[in-house]
Amino acid sequence: MAQEYRVLLEHADKINPESAADYVKVGGYKGLEKARSMNPKDLTEEVKKSGLRGRGGAGFNAGMKWSFVPQYPETKYVVCNFDEGEPGTYKDRIICQKNAQALLEGMAICGHAIGSNNGYIYCRGEYPFVVEMLKKAIGNAKESGALGEFNIEVRMGAGAYVCGEETALIESIEGHRGEPRFKPPFPGVEGLWRMPTVVNNVETFACLPYILTNGADWFAGIGAKSYPGTKVLTLTGDIENPTYFEVPTDYLLRDVIYELGGGVKGGKKLKAVQVGGTSGAFIPPQNIDTPIDFDSMSAIGAALGSGAVFVMDESRDIVDTINRIAKFFEHESCGQCTPCREGTHRCKEIMEKINTGRGTLKDIENLKVLARVMQKASLCGLGQAAPIPITSTLEHFEYEYLRKLM
Amino acid sequence: MDIKLTINGKEIEVPQGTMLLDACRKAGADIPTFCYDPDLKLAGSCRMCVVQPQGWRNLVASCVTPAQNGMVIDTESPDVVEARKVVLELMLTRHKLTCHTCEKDGDCNLQDYCYRYGVTESRFEGKIHNLFKDDSNPFIERDYDKCVMCTRCVRACEEITGARAINVMDRGYHAHIATAFDGELEDSPCVFCGQCIMVCPVGALTSKIAAGKGKPAQNEKVLTTCTYCGTGCTLELNVKNDEIVGVTSNRDAEWSPVNKGALCVKGRFGWDFVNSPERLTTPLIKENGEFRPASWDEALDLAAEKINGIKEKYGPDSLSMFSSARVTNEENYLAQKLMRAAIGSNNVDHCARL
Amino acid sequence: MANYMDIIASCKDKPGGIIEAFHAIQKEYNYIPEEALREAARAFKVSEAQAFGVATFYSYLSVKKRGKYIIRMCESAPCHVAGADEVLKALEANLGIKAGETTEDGKFTLELTECVGQCQATPVVTINSEPVFNVKPEMVPGLLAGYK
Repeated sequence: MAQEYRVLLEHADKINPESAADYVKVGGYKGLEKARSMNPKDLTEEVKKSGLRGRGGAGFNAGMKWSFVPQYPETKYVVCNFDEGEPGTYKDRIICQKNAQALLEGMAICGHAIGSNNGYIYCRGEYPFVVEMLKKAIGNAKESGALGEFNIEVRMGAGAYVCGEETALIESIEGHRGEPRFKPPFPGVEGLWRMPTVVNNVETFACLPYILTNGADWFAGIGAKSYPGTKVLTLTGDIENPTYFEVPTDYLLRDVIYELGGGVKGGKKLKAVQVGGTSGAFIPPQNIDTPIDFDSMSAIGAALGSGAVFVMDESRDIVDTINRIAKFFEHESCGQCTPCREGTHRCKEIMEKINTGRGTLKDIENLKVLARVMQKASLCGLGQAAPIPITSTLEHFEYEYLRKLM
Repeated sequence: MDIKLTINGKEIEVPQGTMLLDACRKAGADIPTFCYDPDLKLAGSCRMCVVQPQGWRNLVASCVTPAQNGMVIDTESPDVVEARKVVLELMLTRHKLTCHTCEKDGDCNLQDYCYRYGVTESRFEGKIHNLFKDDSNPFIERDYDKCVMCTRCVRACEEITGARAINVMDRGYHAHIATAFDGELEDSPCVFCGQCIMVCPVGALTSKIAAGKGKPAQNEKVLTTCTYCGTGCTLELNVKNDEIVGVTSNRDAEWSPVNKGALCVKGRFGWDFVNSPERLTTPLIKENGEFRPASWDEALDLAAEKINGIKEKYGPDSLSMFSSARVTNEENYLAQKLMRAAIGSNNVDHCARL
Repeated sequence: MANYMDIIASCKDKPGGIIEAFHAIQKEYNYIPEEALREAARAFKVSEAQAFGVATFYSYLSVKKRGKYIIRMCESAPCHVAGADEVLKALEANLGIKAGETTEDGKFTLELTECVGQCQATPVVTINSEPVFNVKPEMVPGLLAGYK
């Protein structure tokens, strides 16, 4: 099986994403209609039953997340995380540019489940043209009456990777520095303006119309059992076809690279592949016969994350790449907690030292200690995940480090 | 409703909603903290107070993690100790190590915790910031090369004083405390109350007025009431060789019920008049346009004589008394009694009434 | 040029909209002038120190004057392995400035950025937020000429 399976992107480039009417022609807004005919509890149960798990980093069951939202407060929020900042990731942009109405419909479905008419889309600042498009799509959907009472406002990020962390994102919508909050309380209980808030990303919301239209069982039957559905992947690096694909979640990583991806560029040998964006683990060639789903990736010490697939051929310098990634985290740490603020900086310094031939075994030892503490003691996922590229390459590619030592 | 948990093998009961930090302290565990301050909003950011809940993958910051029923907590597990040591080392790497000339020497959390965990030096080397701020104000020394970014000063400025003069600027490793446009305190809404000095756990913020006169940790502390206004704030006079060399805060509500250590610019920095050679030490009587020293008896007799003279000539209502907020309630009571009973006038007033 | 007072007033009713206001100000001025930041702080009822803290947190926002065209070179891993360093060197050489600087004539500001989400065609440069794909060092002179 080496084929795409398009659900979210089935009508890509065949419909105008701004047009609700176009979307209705291909079956759009039926899911919302069905959702609204259900009571919110049953709707949440249906989504739970579909097995839909977050298409961001944590892979949490979406319906479960919704069920934590208390019924009583009058004001609640549905927030779409469209801050995809993981380098090599642009799948949420593609979903919006090809099928924006599905996102809007998905948000409205969630709104019905938790009893909210207030939606926000937090779009990264690097996509001003998508913001304009989304505003038109929302205007069109509102005009057509498809969204009913459900309102959606688009807010723009401003160049901060950490705002992909849901509580940092909430802080940013509130007009603050994008510093993650400590948890608990979780957003489901105390989120935007301290009111109950569901935060899901674009891809997660966009799955909902199809789940409602075709039924939870249909969705649960696609791809991997524990992480059903499809996943939009983006291929970068040394790959013949550097583009996006939508595949069922039991698709093998090998097939992503060698079938859809067309293989390593120029017929070279594969050295490593990093899945899930820059915070993902580096996977050696011997591990690529693994399905891409969340749990299978976790089992090999990697993560599906955003679904970015970064391919490196045999000529690539792992240490140099890790040095670059260490700079990324130093640049993107919010600076709140000590392990991440100081740790990302020292990781960068040590990596620079090793990469320029000035490192010693002691530096590698220090990196390991620092990585362990950052993972265990950082306040949010950024600091906890930042050392993963380092630890995974020290595990699988230690010789690359050793040969660069002084 | 109370919940039960086990901390370092000791079972304790705490009310639902209690943070682990308080629960641990109740169980007798000594938890180190930098960003935690009982009078300020929680930050949970320094990660010094991390503890190990049994069965959890990661450590948790005890100051912001609610205790849960049945939790089993180890406050000094190997992972906890390693994390605290590394946090200290990371702080040390960016910290200007000039303890010998530091005003906070002996009263510094960073020093104390490094001592406790045997952190002599940092395994990490590399750049330190150059953030020292040569701020021209006469009161507050800002040496951010000693800052550990706990943000207690930012929170105290906002939550206790309400001046909101400072905040965090930039991000990540480059984040630091600054006024708007990274300027000087004098050009900001700063009121120089020095609450930031009070809450700083290290030597990043210190008093310029007291600098070099004696390390607060070594000074004798005399608890007293500020004489500047009617609020009656409690403060600690720092005394060395019988001279006042500084003022520090006593934040214990039992000892400092009015202000919990918070002071204003006058109370915290305006004490040098006490030792001024220009200060009056005896009453003076003016004769032929010149002042001459006099005894209290002589001065009081003269005043009584003049007051009685005016009263006899013009009646008691020709006299009035204006009392001061800088004296005690009891003294103010005596003042009005003197006016009403001895002189016979109701013309008595007080600056705090205005 | 729209007045920053009007720009801020138009965003004022959005709760927490100070970042939206900053975006709108930057669209007009290419950076956030000091007086505009002070006004935004007033309008959104936050301290100037806080507004400054927000403006300096986000790498898309700048409190320093910038050129008419803001060139941002993506440095993230996919662009890095595709030769971003060489493109950066070509940009610096052609503009005669280092990353973070503005040309003397005030035309170009060169900045480094992390991933801009256009990884299908690396390395990527954005010029006033418009992405330019598959940039090669030899393309740089021609690219810049288009903006002079």
